[in-house]
Amino acid sequence: MVEPAVDLTHGEAHDDHADHGPQGWLKYLWSTDHKVIAMQYMFTGMFMALVGGFMAYVFRMQLAFPGINVPGFGAVSPGEYNALVTNHGTIMIFWVAMPVLLAAFGNYLIPLMIGADDMVFPKINRLSFQVFFVSTIVILASLFVEGGGFAGAWTAYPPLSADSTYNLTDLGSTLWVIGVGLEFVAFLLGGINFITTLMNSRAPGMRAFDVPIVVWMIVVASILFMLSVGPLLAGAIMLIFDQTLGTGFFDPGMGGDPILWQHLFWFFGHPEVYVVLLPAMGVVVEIITTFARKKLFAYRTVIFTIVATGVLSFFVWAHHQFIAGIDPRMANIFTITTLLISVPIAELCFIYIATLYGGSIRLTTPMLWALAFVAEFLIGGVTGIFLGAAGADIYFHDTYFVLAHFHYTFFPIAIIGTFAAFTYWFPKMFGKMMDERLGKIHFWLTIIPFNMIFIPLFVLGMGGQHRRIYNYDQFPDLAGGVFQDMRELATWSLLIMLAAQFIFFYNCWKTARSGPRASKNPWKANSLEWTTESPPPHGNWHHLRMPVVYRGPYEYSVPDREDDYWPQNEPDGAPLQVVDDDTGEQGR
Amino acid sequence: MRPIATTRAATGTATGKLAVWWVLASEVVIFGGLLASYVMFRLGHPEWADAAAVTNTHIGAFNTWVLLTSSLTAVLAHQAAERGDGRKAAKFLYFTIGGAAVFILVKTYEWWYEISHGYTITSNGFWAFYYTAAGLHAFHVIAGAVIMAFVARDAARGRELHRVELIGIYWHFVDIVWIFLFPLLYIAK
Repeated sequence: MVEPAVDLTHGEAHDDHADHGPQGWLKYLWSTDHKVIAMQYMFTGMFMALVGGFMAYVFRMQLAFPGINVPGFGAVSPGEYNALVTNHGTIMIFWVAMPVLLAAFGNYLIPLMIGADDMVFPKINRLSFQVFFVSTIVILASLFVEGGGFAGAWTAYPPLSADSTYNLTDLGSTLWVIGVGLEFVAFLLGGINFITTLMNSRAPGMRAFDVPIVVWMIVVASILFMLSVGPLLAGAIMLIFDQTLGTGFFDPGMGGDPILWQHLFWFFGHPEVYVVLLPAMGVVVEIITTFARKKLFAYRTVIFTIVATGVLSFFVWAHHQFIAGIDPRMANIFTITTLLISVPIAELCFIYIATLYGGSIRLTTPMLWALAFVAEFLIGGVTGIFLGAAGADIYFHDTYFVLAHFHYTFFPIAIIGTFAAFTYWFPKMFGKMMDERLGKIHFWLTIIPFNMIFIPLFVLGMGGQHRRIYNYDQFPDLAGGVFQDMRELATWSLLIMLAAQFIFFYNCWKTARSGPRASKNPWKANSLEWTTESPPPHGNWHHLRMPVVYRGPYEYSVPDREDDYWPQNEPDGAPLQVVDDDTGEQGR
Repeated sequence: MRPIATTRAATGTATGKLAVWWVLASEVVIFGGLLASYVMFRLGHPEWADAAAVTNTHIGAFNTWVLLTSSLTAVLAHQAAERGDGRKAAKFLYFTIGGAAVFILVKTYEWWYEISHGYTITSNGFWAFYYTAAGLHAFHVIAGAVIMAFVARDAARGRELHRVELIGIYWHFVDIVWIFLFPLLYIAK
């Protein structure tokens, strides 16, 4: 039942909307405004990033200086070490990368960029965050129950994860599965909201190929998530039954099969890489077009490429299982598909370089982050070729090479991509301009130590240093010499990188106190979020002046135009829009 | 007041209907993953047929009939809602909820009978899948019936009639899942 597209009468009460309902903290807690929910996701995600970063600090200290009394934690027992690495992985992926990149920026950007005043299901959006918040509490609580947090690695392979006589974390492992399951439900709710909002609530005039790439990317990522997570949800139910009821889905002794879990996990786990990669890739598109003042090279090719990536991503999962005892003929097939999927991703990188070519590049802080994303992710992608080929993977499997490769993909996605997006949209989100100088210091003090953490780990992995080892002193051929030096280098670099994050928080604090006010469109960008106030009011635009779209979002440096940008909502041939800076009224 | 976003329909299809189809897409892969795992196991374990022989095909067939009939009343409810007859739509929805109740009661009897004869979820792989898959399905039946009660209450007062169709689409999905479960768990001996 389609209701009228624009109902001017009901807009009357719209302005009063903010005054109804509970006040103060309760109002914040029960807000259905997509921007408030985005902030809730963002700050929860950032808090969890600190938790995950602290875990990395503790176990890196143990690895570099075995048996040390880690300041702020104490001596690390083998069980605690296992729980720390398990929950570091789980938290950084499910409670940092997903909520910040997908949920926070998805919530913030989709309505603003398509010219809508909110999501199509504001209450389901709120429910999504509330379920996510409960999942956060569950995973944090699981760290403090008897036996400690789950210690069976973030991939939770049975029988280690299914049987508490092996993992020794009876309640912790069950809470872990429940927490992850709730988190999936939260993102299913959010994802359906994202998809339907883009499909149905675009501004008048906005066609499919006028939608900014980042919105496309977030929505394609939501579809990938939705289509891949189901089997793992089924697997999570089976795992909980194995843990608590004593069924034998994954127990060969009872007729089950532990490899089944690996299939269910990686059928989700590999598309998941693209679920978080695509939003970061989209963020980079918005930033490089704005700061190269150039039209995006091959807009439609980007869309077709990400769809191809999405389809292919469902046929590569078994490359995680080359040594798990799968049929070698299957390994051949999955080698081919895995090498194939590097083609569309390489294509995206070439498209970004082609976009930059000949542009008038401005090296602002967000631009630095965006360029670093492409450069660093490239290293992650190229080392993935080694691991995707079954012949090489047999030797690299379960070494630090895998770990370094993984972090060269996920660190650019979850940290570099997030900082790119955060610094780029900060003026819109908070109405202040961040300090560029502090931003650049923070950038270099994050990027250089990042490379100094993980390049040594590549070398260690090629030298045969196995993962999942608590104390290398017990392995004579790995204990001393250059191995030890490189482990210490990685740990010192991590300490510098973690310390550098205080610059970022100081910058945020300083900007909030005394930063210069941001105008509506400080970067002179085209997409619709820059046509409203910074920060946007409740409802994003005045309800009678919702934007209308006339063109795509990447019309920079169009010949014969006075300005080098051309906002999406500006009618063809119209003179410059007259905007009263005090009231924000547009003379139309 | 409702946001303007909720009133737009750029695709020409109402947002609620789009959302229900996406919910179903996400549900299809949940049951798909579970049933694909079951089928792979079943092919590798011919001896599970002995356990499957215990399940009562007649009761399963009766429950299939009950669910299909409840889907028919869901369609009739939609037809009534299209005509704007909320009271009649509500009446048909109550019939559907009644079907769900019968289905759950029969299922309860079945499980009670099987458990009391020693066939529990830990007996072997077949029974683990039997109780997990049918249990997950029963959970969907109960959830659907509860939501349907709310929709019916509104429909009886002539409100939110478009939701009758949405809950109907969901109900057909619950039905179709059972159409897969019935042969896999009961007929394949």
